[in-house]
Amino acid sequence: MELLVASAVGILTAGGVYLILRRRTFPVILGLALLSYAVNVFIFASGRLAIGQPPILADGAAGYTDPLTQALVLTAIVISFAMTAVIVMLALAARLATGSDRIDDGAEEET
Amino acid sequence: MSLALIAALPFVGALLPGLAIRAGRNACALATGAVTALALALVVGHAPEVLGGAVITSRIDWLPGLGLAANFMLDGLGLLFALLILGIGLLIILYARFYLAAADPMGRFFTYLLLFQGAMLGIVLSDNILLLLVFWELTSLTSFLLIGFWQHTAEGRQGARMALVVTGAGGLAMVAGMLILGGVAGSYDLSVILTQRAAIQASDWYLPALILILLGAFTKSAQFPFHFWLPHAMAAPTPVSAYLHSATMVKAGLFLLARLWPVLAGTPEWFYLVTTTGLVTLLLGAKVALFKGDLKALLAYSTISQLGLITMLLGFGTKAAALAAVFHIVNHASFKAALFMVAGMVEHATGSRDIARLGGLRAAMPITFAIATLAALAMAGVPPLNGYLSKEMMLEAAVHARYLGNPWLLGALATAGAALSVGYSLRFIGHTFLGPQTGATPHPPHDPGPGLWAAPLVLVGLVVAIGIAPMAVAGWLVEAATFAVTGDAVPAQLALWHGVTPALVLSGLALGGGALVLAAHPALNRLWQATPRPDAKRMFDVAIALLATAAQAVTARLHDGALTRYLAILVGAVTGAGAAVFATALHSPGGHPMLPITLAPAVGWALLVVASVAVVVVHHARLLALVLLGVVGLMVAVGFAYLSAPDLALTQIAVEVATILLMLLALNFLPQVTPLESSLLRRARDGVIAAAAGLGAGGLIYALMTRDFAFPPIADYHLANALSGGGGHNVVNVILVDFRGYDTFGEITVLGIAALVIFALIDAVLRPGAADDRLRAWQPAHAPAGERHALLLVVTTRMILPIAVMVAVFFFLRGHNEPGGGFIAGLVVAIALVMHYMASGFAWSQARRAFSYHSLIAAGVLIAAGTGVGSWLLGRPFLTSAFGYVRVAPLEPFELATAMLFDTGVFFAVLGAVMLVLASISRLALRAGEGD
Repeated sequence: MELLVASAVGILTAGGVYLILRRRTFPVILGLALLSYAVNVFIFASGRLAIGQPPILADGAAGYTDPLTQALVLTAIVISFAMTAVIVMLALAARLATGSDRIDDGAEEET
Repeated sequence: MSLALIAALPFVGALLPGLAIRAGRNACALATGAVTALALALVVGHAPEVLGGAVITSRIDWLPGLGLAANFMLDGLGLLFALLILGIGLLIILYARFYLAAADPMGRFFTYLLLFQGAMLGIVLSDNILLLLVFWELTSLTSFLLIGFWQHTAEGRQGARMALVVTGAGGLAMVAGMLILGGVAGSYDLSVILTQRAAIQASDWYLPALILILLGAFTKSAQFPFHFWLPHAMAAPTPVSAYLHSATMVKAGLFLLARLWPVLAGTPEWFYLVTTTGLVTLLLGAKVALFKGDLKALLAYSTISQLGLITMLLGFGTKAAALAAVFHIVNHASFKAALFMVAGMVEHATGSRDIARLGGLRAAMPITFAIATLAALAMAGVPPLNGYLSKEMMLEAAVHARYLGNPWLLGALATAGAALSVGYSLRFIGHTFLGPQTGATPHPPHDPGPGLWAAPLVLVGLVVAIGIAPMAVAGWLVEAATFAVTGDAVPAQLALWHGVTPALVLSGLALGGGALVLAAHPALNRLWQATPRPDAKRMFDVAIALLATAAQAVTARLHDGALTRYLAILVGAVTGAGAAVFATALHSPGGHPMLPITLAPAVGWALLVVASVAVVVVHHARLLALVLLGVVGLMVAVGFAYLSAPDLALTQIAVEVATILLMLLALNFLPQVTPLESSLLRRARDGVIAAAAGLGAGGLIYALMTRDFAFPPIADYHLANALSGGGGHNVVNVILVDFRGYDTFGEITVLGIAALVIFALIDAVLRPGAADDRLRAWQPAHAPAGERHALLLVVTTRMILPIAVMVAVFFFLRGHNEPGGGFIAGLVVAIALVMHYMASGFAWSQARRAFSYHSLIAAGVLIAAGTGVGSWLLGRPFLTSAFGYVRVAPLEPFELATAMLFDTGVFFAVLGAVMLVLASISRLALRAGEGD
């Protein structure tokens, strides 16, 4: 199971990094979303994995998984939403203001 | 009063002038003067002890690990300088009050002045050389503000910049020197360093430390070849020149030479470096002063020359010379401050400082003339004024010093320097006040009011008093200061008449020579004007321009404006650093037991991986990529649910929906496809970087998960106390609203701010301009569907809304004990409302909105804050929660907790923020004609 989670984090990170290196705004937004997933799962997994042990106090529970990383990730998810929203709007405003959605506008173009 | 408080007083007092200026210029000057006077009174209060031989200290540890302590001490030398800084400072404040024009911002001026004064005071009171360095740099910075006070003039800005560059660079050299010195001495405390003379002078590091420290002192004290900044600093208002170049700034270098004299002086290296520099500066400054056409420039070069004289005396390394140096520091401060003030009065009255246009002012400006004459004669070294006494002591010391084995060279050159100084001093009087009136000044000359002449009059009074009764007026202070410099009681023996000595003869020669120089001035001046001279300012400007060009070239290479390139470098560097650490460390497999892989999670994993890879592969088709991204998010949510995180799963699903909706709406106004424009090479490069980063992140979390916790996790505390302390069974929710409630409070605030940022951004887009024009001309990318508002969807969403609200209430109420809570409830309601926007149209929804989303955000944050503040009223810390169980028939007993109120705040803030974001897009759509 650990291998699955770790490989998922790796693939999400790789996909995210590749997309944020693109030169148009929309792929970068997609890339940031993928990176957000990767980071959230990373933090969540740092509390170690457990199945069937939710941190909800109950009589006769076999055990509880780490609630702290979950609380951290819960706020991180909401904050990622705010961040994504701001970036989406920036992309939108930039497109409307300049007529283009290029990122390196004005910089020397590599060939 | 503690010395630390005295040093802090001007800094704290610097707040006053800006406030007092509202009550008028007199109030402003009085407030400033009161601060300085208070500091002066406190220093004077310590004077009897210090004169009795005691050294007063105050010690505060600051960063003991670095040897940095806020240690202050007051000995004779510090006392002398503190009295100069504060005493003359007081006179400068009086003078500046009447000097500054109505248009000059006086509050700002006095604030700068006090800051500078505090920095100077800090230097002379520091007992820790690191602390001294801090104050040293502060004088460079604050003098920059003062010199550039008239920032509207190019000369002011350039002069300030030059002073900052030269003294700042010297300060950096001194930092290095001081660190070496402290390292050799084993302490950064002056009181310790001063006892380590033998160890320091025997060290191999003595010469490097000496050179570096001298660089700092010489740049500050305008010694050759760093003297060129001082004349350009004359662009400052005259009170600044009078303060910086008589008693303070330039004397800081001399103070440092005197302060470190016990440990650094007495070696041949010290003698030749310091004496030679002083002597060259003395002669060069005096020569240039003779030919300067501007009153303040003449004074500037005379200051350079006089500073060279004192430097030379300190270089001799004898106690008698040190005594003469200390005495001349006092004398020079008194007459030079007066002379600068005179220059200011002349300019004030005539509108000009050009010596060629002045002349014959004695009749029209008798008071100014009297003050100028006394001060200039003191500078020339004419008895019975104070300058004569110290000039004679200087000649006496020079006669007894041998330079390269030559017994008369120093005496001769010192006499020549003295003769030149007589020449420029007499010129100051003769060419300004004597001779015929030119009538060429912009204003008819007249004496200024007492506000301007009172301060220099006090100074000239001091000049005369010290000259006539030196032992009574200054002897005690000079002796105490010299004791602090040399460590020995050196009797001052200041007197006008010592019998016929070599020094007396040389003094006479110098006076005669000076008179001859003045007589020959017209001829010499023609010669001077005809000879080419290096222009320090041009050389400085060229050097700075070269540096700036080089810096720009480097910057342009690093920062070419390509954001993707920065990102690639950043990710590459972080990954590389991680790889380097990984490669150099030992590795062993982790011992944490692993969970088995079963079919269901394997299928979920496969979906997630396929969808992630597909997002990258098909990202050029934007709509498709967005749909695939939604799949990834859903699989993450399912994963959370499977791995014992129901709250996360709920939040993730709700956020996922909101995010995808937002992106869909935004995509409407963006191009529908991403063109393929990166070269294959570039894509390969990015692929390698991305793969490395993914491998690093995946490997890191794998290593983490397969190991046990290095320390017991604090999660156990939360699990143990959630019910007893927070009254909830859902530990994640208790952490959010109770244990870490402050974090959550900050987070909803950030969420609200992000929403407001978006609102403002869209507001800017909608203003008339290019963006607005494009929006109005916008054409949808897809042909509109047959029915704009599908009836089925409209009806469904209207039916769903009450259900959604009920679900939200359910999630909210059970949140404390079961998965749910304010975050999720807020998102659920928001999504239901957004569906209305999509189904029934923006205009329809906006028209039915009862209150603004701004108020919702504000209400949410305020409710959360109010809950936190409420616990203050009960005498508990911020956000302490309270709870109890209530029974209302016919319901089962249920819990009421203040945490629930807090969660209500979270609910409103989340709802408001999400809705404000989406409503902002709807404003765009309305403008683009998508309204109905």
